[in-house]
Amino acid sequence: MNTPEYLDSGNLELYVFGLLNESETKEISELAKINPAVENEIISIEKAVLNLSSSFSPVISAENFEKIKAKLELKHGKVIDMKPKSNTSQYLGWAASIALLIGIGFQYNKLNYSNAKINSVEQDKSNLQKSVVDLEFKNKETATALNVVRDSKNIIVNLAGQTVNPKASAKIYWNKDTQAVYVDASGLPKPPEGKVYQIWSLKLSPTLTPTSIGLLDNFIANNEKLFAVNQTKNAEAFGITLEPAGGSKSPTMQQLYTLGKV
Amino acid sequence: MTQEQLIPLILKKDDRAFTIMYDMYSKSLFAVISNLVKETEEAEDVLQEVFVKIWKNIESYNDTKGRLYTWMLNIARNTAIDKLRSKGYNNSQKNLSSDNFVHLLDDSNKLVNRIDTIGIQEFVKKLKPKCIQIIELLFFKGYTQQEASDELEIPLGTVKTQNRNCINDLRTYLQV
Repeated sequence: MNTPEYLDSGNLELYVFGLLNESETKEISELAKINPAVENEIISIEKAVLNLSSSFSPVISAENFEKIKAKLELKHGKVIDMKPKSNTSQYLGWAASIALLIGIGFQYNKLNYSNAKINSVEQDKSNLQKSVVDLEFKNKETATALNVVRDSKNIIVNLAGQTVNPKASAKIYWNKDTQAVYVDASGLPKPPEGKVYQIWSLKLSPTLTPTSIGLLDNFIANNEKLFAVNQTKNAEAFGITLEPAGGSKSPTMQQLYTLGKV
Repeated sequence: MTQEQLIPLILKKDDRAFTIMYDMYSKSLFAVISNLVKETEEAEDVLQEVFVKIWKNIESYNDTKGRLYTWMLNIARNTAIDKLRSKGYNNSQKNLSSDNFVHLLDDSNKLVNRIDTIGIQEFVKKLKPKCIQIIELLFFKGYTQQEASDELEIPLGTVKTQNRNCINDLRTYLQV
């Protein structure tokens, strides 16, 4: 019988299982010594059934090992003391470390997720704070506007649209006590880039004397379109012209948007 | 560790050798014992007896008797069967029990589903029923080919080749 046939005969399995008689066993043992293929086959078969049966072992109590050692009067060396524990608990150990790894991975993911979440919440919070500040600011603006409009001491001067833009309009709120002047510019169109509205207080006689009382800076950003400008003592009329950014010394009359007498 | 490395240590009666031997073989032998002696405490008593015998009789082992594992396996089966007989199970092995080693899994009190063994347990459940029976009889219970042939009602000549095929399936799965 050549080697492959011998391996396939099924005898080596019976040999490992311990089912052959003494002489058959001896024969195969001798053969294994001189034939590595046979030897390796036997070792593989042994591994397979050792593994199989070990997998089906019920749990052996931890004391079992100690009981045997006691019966054999084996000493309790340090090394040995460690071993039974590892024997019975190595699976637990592996399971625990795998569980721990999975746990760490899971927690790490969770941590990342939480951090991302925190960041986004922080971002939201800061956005909200901005909104709140904006709103408070707007609220203040509105309150100021309302106070200005409601103040009974105010003289209200309606400025009518002129040739450049007949639809334009504006209102001046002028408090003669405090001399404060507010401009309601909500009737004015958005100034073109590089231009700014300039407010003039005018004396009509003896000669027309315009005095600049301020620029409507930040026209677009001002939601209420209500601007505080410089005080004025004795205006007879108010006018608004469109001037280059920074304003002009005297009004550019071609760009007179609105005008109104007190 | 191979048996060639282990045997000299056991012969020296080295304490560590006992521990290593126990680690290597106790579960396998306990499965074989538990398959015959169902009661856990009794099975543990048998396991203790088996290891005491192995340790005390190691001088009588030599490699013409086959593998060390095979030698231990025979001691385990015989001790378990002796135990059953002493308790009045006087009939032949065949009447000991109708179920097989796969049922060792059923008793959840006895068996913790250890992470590293779940795979092979599942694999075995999928093995052909014929394979489970043949491994049960030949390996776990130590039936002769004739006894297995009678029990399984298959021709005597096919017992060992069928067993070979079943073990080959197992080896393919285990990659050994």
